[in-house]
Amino acid sequence: MKRDYAIDIRHLSRVEGHANIHITVTKGQLVEARWTIVETPRFFEAMLKGVSAERVPFLTSRICGICSISHALASIRALERAMEITPPVAAEKTRLLAMMGETLQSHALHLFFLIAPDFMGTSSVLPLMQSHPDLVRAGLQLKELGNEISSITAGRCTHPVTLVVGGISKAPDKQRLLQLRTMIHERKPLLDIACSFFRSIVIPDFSRETEFISLRNGTSYPSIGGHLVSTDGVEREENDYLLMTNEYTREFSTSKFTRLSRNSSVAGGLARFNNNHSLLHPKAREAAEQLGLKPVCHNPFMNNIAQLVECVHILEEAEEIINSLLDMEFRETKTAYAPKAGAATGAVEAPRGILYHHLETDAAGKVVKADCVIPTTQNNGNIDPDLKAIVAWALREGKNDGEITKLCEMVVRSYDPCISCSVH
Amino acid sequence: MGEKMRPLGVPFEKLKIASFDFTCCEGCQLQLTNQEASLPDFLDLLDVRNFREISSERHDDYDIALIEGSISRQDEVERLLKIRKQAKILVAFGTCACFGGVNSLKNRHPVEELIDEVYPGMAIETLPVRKISDLVTVDLSIPGCPVDKGEVERIMVSLVTGSLVTLPKYPVCIECKAQLTTCLFELGEICLGPLTRAGCNAVCTSGKTPCLGCRGPAEEINMAAFLELVKERGLSLDDLHEKLAFYNAFEPFQSHET
Repeated sequence: MKRDYAIDIRHLSRVEGHANIHITVTKGQLVEARWTIVETPRFFEAMLKGVSAERVPFLTSRICGICSISHALASIRALERAMEITPPVAAEKTRLLAMMGETLQSHALHLFFLIAPDFMGTSSVLPLMQSHPDLVRAGLQLKELGNEISSITAGRCTHPVTLVVGGISKAPDKQRLLQLRTMIHERKPLLDIACSFFRSIVIPDFSRETEFISLRNGTSYPSIGGHLVSTDGVEREENDYLLMTNEYTREFSTSKFTRLSRNSSVAGGLARFNNNHSLLHPKAREAAEQLGLKPVCHNPFMNNIAQLVECVHILEEAEEIINSLLDMEFRETKTAYAPKAGAATGAVEAPRGILYHHLETDAAGKVVKADCVIPTTQNNGNIDPDLKAIVAWALREGKNDGEITKLCEMVVRSYDPCISCSVH
Repeated sequence: MGEKMRPLGVPFEKLKIASFDFTCCEGCQLQLTNQEASLPDFLDLLDVRNFREISSERHDDYDIALIEGSISRQDEVERLLKIRKQAKILVAFGTCACFGGVNSLKNRHPVEELIDEVYPGMAIETLPVRKISDLVTVDLSIPGCPVDKGEVERIMVSLVTGSLVTLPKYPVCIECKAQLTTCLFELGEICLGPLTRAGCNAVCTSGKTPCLGCRGPAEEINMAAFLELVKERGLSLDDLHEKLAFYNAFEPFQSHET
């Protein structure tokens, strides 16, 4: 076996955005392992300055093509809290459903398009369309369902239309909600196909203790707003996001990094699960048990499984929200407001983890200061030491350079990084 | 070549295609994986040679290159020039590629000020945002933020069959009216629907939010009459400017504004 080699993966595939992995092994020992973000920055925080509150969600949604609804709703929440606007209850419920649709499509994309090929030994999902048609069909139909939920509740799945400051610009069509309820009911069995596939794959038995950060509200699985909590016992108010993130830069990366009680921490499906396991729908808890996922889990590869468990939760909860929306009269969809000066944080659980937007407005409601802290930014600091630990572990296990390359790619993909989003 | 590639018994070649992203959110590429019900048929039209977002296979023998995003760093310029050399058809894919998109809002500030705001004290390389046609010849433009998958499917079928690729010439108002929506001007809003190229099925205005013009100008627009309308109704010119500048898609017309 080779004892000296360098692994140099430029523009890692099957992730959103551009980043590289560098590993150097000399005499069978790890010398260097590094996760480098090379994505071009877009300067959203500067672009937001001077933009009117009304337009802000249409701009921030463009931070990310996958979690545009989360970005729109994080800034809407920040602005509504800054300008003391209370949206109608029906609008709040519609927004929750939109978030569920987005998370379902994002998780389905990740589980079936981005990581399933790793476990099946193919370069993409394309060959699996022929070799495993039922599995791919299940993935596509779950993704389609997620997009359909978002389209009905937000007007469009990518870059939402009807999510506005004060509420929603248009109520979801009740006929379409009824059809959606049927569609959800019919597609639940697809989750059994997905769960049995993910039970059959071999997940690397690797763990490295770390701190998991997510939202928690005490009554429901987190989505929009709540307290900021960590598995190391930290709990803070939403507006104290800076104390939770402690953002810093490193010269080799255009994405920033964060830390809390340790050198690094994790956000995402596994963090939500570790902090809120008891609030999952009983069927999702049952799925977790069958898939071998228990809190607090420190195996980064299990983030994939946490995402699948969340899909089970979403299909159950979405049905309940649709039922309550169908019972509601949509007389008011939007609260009228007068712009005013203020500042607040809006935190939401985007598919990839906790997302913070902090916005400050002037008397005319124009943004004077903006700050966005992205889930992948919060995970970057943890990916680096994970790479080091996994290479060291793989060397001890006697794995060759090809196997180590694959493990490194897989561990990074498990975080479902959204690099373009992290370098916003 | 599969059965599906012999419509009416005529054999067609699959398109040797590649997809590349630059300064953007990758939402347009994501649309390629959407509209899941027709996705297997859509993919059947394509021989995917290079598409980093979904595949680890990378080949450089593509004919068609989809370019997503705008250009804002020197290494992107070099990557784009290299792709231009290979591609027989270079497609500006989405609003950022076609017009610069929301990224262009960055150009309102000097580069030093941007770095100071977002990366204080760090050496960061960045250039003012440019659209793809500022740097290379573009053979085909598919606008939209994001692109409309239905339109992308239609255009790919045209490319496979060698028929004429077209975009609607008329404005969004036509598609909006067909859905019997109340005109947003009647609700006291400035909407760029009368100026903007249709093809989105009026997705924003039918959701009761004003068109911000992501698809760029329709074939023949009357900016002077539009400005007259805004003034006549006493609507805010400040709001109009913000909307026209949002995607940088009306840059050539903005001198008429005042």
